[in-house]
Amino acid sequence: MTSKSAIAIDKARAEGRAALIGYLPAGFPTVEETIAAGIALARNGADLIEIGIPYSDPVMDGPVIQAATTEALAKGFAVRQVFDVVAGITAETDAAVLVMTYWNPVVRMGVDEFSRRLAEAGGAGLITPDLIPDEAAEWMAASDKYGLDRVFLVAPSSSTERMRRTVEASRGFVYAVSIMGVTGARSSVSAAAEGVVAAAKAAGAERVCVGLGVSNAEHVAEIAAYADGVIVGTALVAAIRDGGADAVASLTRDLSAGLTRK
Amino acid sequence: MAEAPTAGSDEGSVDAFLQGGTSLRHAPGPYFGSYGGRWMPESLIAALDELEDTFEKAKADPEFTAQIADLNKNYSGRPSLLTEAKRFAEHAGGVRIFLKREDLNHTGSHKINNVLGQALLAKRMGKSRVIAETGAGQHGVASATAAALLGLECVVYMGAEDCRRQALNVARMELLGATVIPVTNGSQTLKDAINEALRDWVANVGHTHYLLGTAAGAHPFPAMVRYFHEVIGEEARAQILEQTGRLPDAVCACIGGGSNAIGIFHGFLDDPSVKIYGFEAGGDGVDTGRHAATITLGKPGVLHGARSYLMQDDDGQTIESHSISAGLDYPGVGPEHSYLADIGRVSYEPITDSEAMDAFRLLCRTEGIIPAIESSHALAGAIKVGQRLAAEGAAGEASDKIVIVNLSGRGDKDVATAAEWFDLLDKDSAEATIGKEGEQL
Repeated sequence: MTSKSAIAIDKARAEGRAALIGYLPAGFPTVEETIAAGIALARNGADLIEIGIPYSDPVMDGPVIQAATTEALAKGFAVRQVFDVVAGITAETDAAVLVMTYWNPVVRMGVDEFSRRLAEAGGAGLITPDLIPDEAAEWMAASDKYGLDRVFLVAPSSSTERMRRTVEASRGFVYAVSIMGVTGARSSVSAAAEGVVAAAKAAGAERVCVGLGVSNAEHVAEIAAYADGVIVGTALVAAIRDGGADAVASLTRDLSAGLTRK
Repeated sequence: MAEAPTAGSDEGSVDAFLQGGTSLRHAPGPYFGSYGGRWMPESLIAALDELEDTFEKAKADPEFTAQIADLNKNYSGRPSLLTEAKRFAEHAGGVRIFLKREDLNHTGSHKINNVLGQALLAKRMGKSRVIAETGAGQHGVASATAAALLGLECVVYMGAEDCRRQALNVARMELLGATVIPVTNGSQTLKDAINEALRDWVANVGHTHYLLGTAAGAHPFPAMVRYFHEVIGEEARAQILEQTGRLPDAVCACIGGGSNAIGIFHGFLDDPSVKIYGFEAGGDGVDTGRHAATITLGKPGVLHGARSYLMQDDDGQTIESHSISAGLDYPGVGPEHSYLADIGRVSYEPITDSEAMDAFRLLCRTEGIIPAIESSHALAGAIKVGQRLAAEGAAGEASDKIVIVNLSGRGDKDVATAAEWFDLLDKDSAEATIGKEGEQL
């Protein structure tokens, strides 16, 4: 099955660099601005875009993303609008657009229905921070049916057996959590990240991207040396909060400078 | 002592699932029917595996079970009494009502059963720190108590709004050596305290155990928390047989997350003649939108690690719950309750704030016992159950009917709220101010 995420990562690889994956929460500060910022991301160096669905109980997110998604919900963000964001970005760019979501909003809409609409909007797949393959039977079936990528997470705490199981269930890439913690900018990249990537590769992963705590070009360069992709979230959310799509474009250019492997 | 009826002896109430001889007791998880499981970040799965493994080994270790038995007897004060409430029962159709007195445990509620067990497991795992969430502060106080007893560092997450309303419980936890961290994000209530505790856990899981306070969350928590509370049902069953020579007609408990309820229910799940009732917080009324009647009005979803009934909107966003009782003010419920509801073994019904407060005052005045407002929901439910039982039987038969109510906690913590509710305070008193703020739950 073709994978939009894999194609985007392989294209970067062919250019001798790691892929850049940028995260933005849908509806922050508005749906229109999320689309504009997503297009700015893609046009300034991001290969994949991760659109987060604001959720009432974001247990894996730190203060910056929590504040953004709480604001989006307070302004009346509706889950179905994520498809407008995905369609808005894919209409204008070639970036692979994934949706990152806590699982309950998908359950509520219906896993099949959600998947159908995501595929229809041109989405590449889902990143699922609180869904492990053990509970993903419905999602496995729906993602096969609609040709969507399944990006599960692996962590420094994942056992060899869980690493193998998660890699096997994933499609597109595997999301390596760099640190035991929640999202948020950190001064340095955790030393654990390289080990997680190595373990995922040893378990058979073809593409492993690293996220959590990556906020500047130095971090990007450090991770690009050993991973297939670098995921940046909080720093971009702070950029759109403080300077809109222009600030996102500028930060993306800075970040992408770190991608080329030395 | 009379023999307990066996499955099939009372065809009027034998449900299909029991006719096959299938036991509902000791359900091991991770699934209860289609509920339960582990809807959690991968980062925490290793810790859940370690906890499950430690718990399973501890259950089979006579040294651990002896430790629990010793603490239950010599620290908590178990077994708790089973007290017949004769004057209260006159208001419940004239049936006989017995109260399982979890209010008499050390720290004043059933919560101590679970925290002692989990704190011992934390020690077994070599963890030096426990974290906990709390709403009104009861589980936080119990956790701080167990941590002090066993020499563990304790951090309690509590919604900033709840900290303000329950300042004395914050002081209690601090007296016991715990650190209380006010949670200012989201709705600043219990569910947000759980979110924040989970964030702490994922960052500190190497040396920290998350001492979850109810029979909810990811496996093994629902089955494990139930295990530590099963003593309630076991004692109650033996005590009622000893005192009356037979099993009760009904057992009643209040449901927030559902830990006290699953503890007492467990003793009677396989007794088909015993009807079991869980009373949820109906708040201002289930038609007002301001309630915590999760099973009555919620829909299945995933929150805090388990699939279960959940108060959520059409987008799957969690809806804030409302109840005068902070301990029941939670938009989720333990997954085993969702299963017991679906198969029809347990009936779940809402009780409004007003009904609960009437029962609260009635127990004070008829029995000299001040119940927790949480437990008052079970008392109000028992009045309804008693009246129904009396109406079903022939005249004069009501006094043959027996209802057990789990009196899960004492109401000292609720006096300010009750005084405000019943307008017992001078308008300008400090207590009136506290009561007013507490009443806004």
